[in-house]
Amino acid sequence: MIYIDLFLGFLKVGLFSFGGAYAAIPLIRDVVLHYGWLDDEKLAYMIAVSESTPGPIMVNMATYVGSMTAGIPGALIATFSVVLPAFVIIVLIMILLKGLLKNPYVQAVLRGLKPCIMGIILAMGISMILQSTVIKVTVLAPDLRAVVICSVLAVVYFGSRKIVKSGISPILLICIAAVIGIVVY
Amino acid sequence: MEITTKKNITAEAIVVIELFLTFAKIGLFTFGGGYAMISLIQDICVEKKKWISHDEMMDITVIAESTPGPIAINCATYVGYKKCGMAGAVSATVGVILPSFVIIYLISLFLDSFLEIAWIASAFKGIKIAVGILILDAALKMIVKMPKKPFQLFVLITVFLIMMAVNLFSIKISSISLMIAAGLCSLVVFCVRNKINGEERSL
Repeated sequence: MIYIDLFLGFLKVGLFSFGGAYAAIPLIRDVVLHYGWLDDEKLAYMIAVSESTPGPIMVNMATYVGSMTAGIPGALIATFSVVLPAFVIIVLIMILLKGLLKNPYVQAVLRGLKPCIMGIILAMGISMILQSTVIKVTVLAPDLRAVVICSVLAVVYFGSRKIVKSGISPILLICIAAVIGIVVY
Repeated sequence: MEITTKKNITAEAIVVIELFLTFAKIGLFTFGGGYAMISLIQDICVEKKKWISHDEMMDITVIAESTPGPIAINCATYVGYKKCGMAGAVSATVGVILPSFVIIYLISLFLDSFLEIAWIASAFKGIKIAVGILILDAALKMIVKMPKKPFQLFVLITVFLIMMAVNLFSIKISSISLMIAAGLCSLVVFCVRNKINGEERSL
């Protein structure tokens, strides 16, 4: 049943997304590909939309996937379940377990989780770039225009930090990318 | 006696509503996810409304980073609970979610037909690459801040290689199972080290 799938799928996302939105993206990808709710293409669009609209990215993605698969009830269920673990855990920490996070064993688990999450996110970013530039479904198929777009964007994004300290915002990068996309394709 | 309880209840209701409105505003005006939100929450809840102290804000950031879930939700729940117990926690959390829920729901109704327009589809081809760069950048920023001890680096590189293979060759390993494995490994390493240290001390 779709509602139960949505609930359990996004509950898992909410429960394992340590470290914010980018940590959740690979998890959401796992879930939506597993159930066949979105493909990689649509997922990338959705990440861009979530980045360019206000609010927590995870909540945006949950609302979107829920709404696409099962309308308003789906959107409500997915959003509710992605938020639920965070809500319950914070309330529990405040009521009972003030010292929980300082416990050395909990600390040890977190020390292992953090680099693992970074590895997952790093792999996700690099494979997304590779898939949109040189690899199409495990076969090497370089798209020269995409390679050019990618280099331009990378230079603009990372180069702007040399000029202004904070660099350009993610939203601005997405806008620039949209314009270049329209011009090139 | 009755009057004061009534007054308390109204006062509490006002705080609950204020929490809701404040966090709805925060939810509406933060683009780019959790970290952007933390600075806005600090500005409003610490500087302007004085609902929580600077130290508490630091605590919230640490707690939000070491617990799962959207950082904005962690912060909203914490501040809401602190101010007004369960009612406050619920109203702040719902407040922070509501704006994006409404916006995304409206977008989801149109996105598919939107993508069929040719020039928008080509815009999204560019955007897709930008998203890859943003994710890469998020990972790099975290790695720069990470303490570079051998065990952490080992986990980072192993997981990275496994996930690259998983993503590019469509192998089925879920990232959650990797996370559970990494957490357990770290716990085992910690316990073993503890034991060795303990034995050294007793010798």
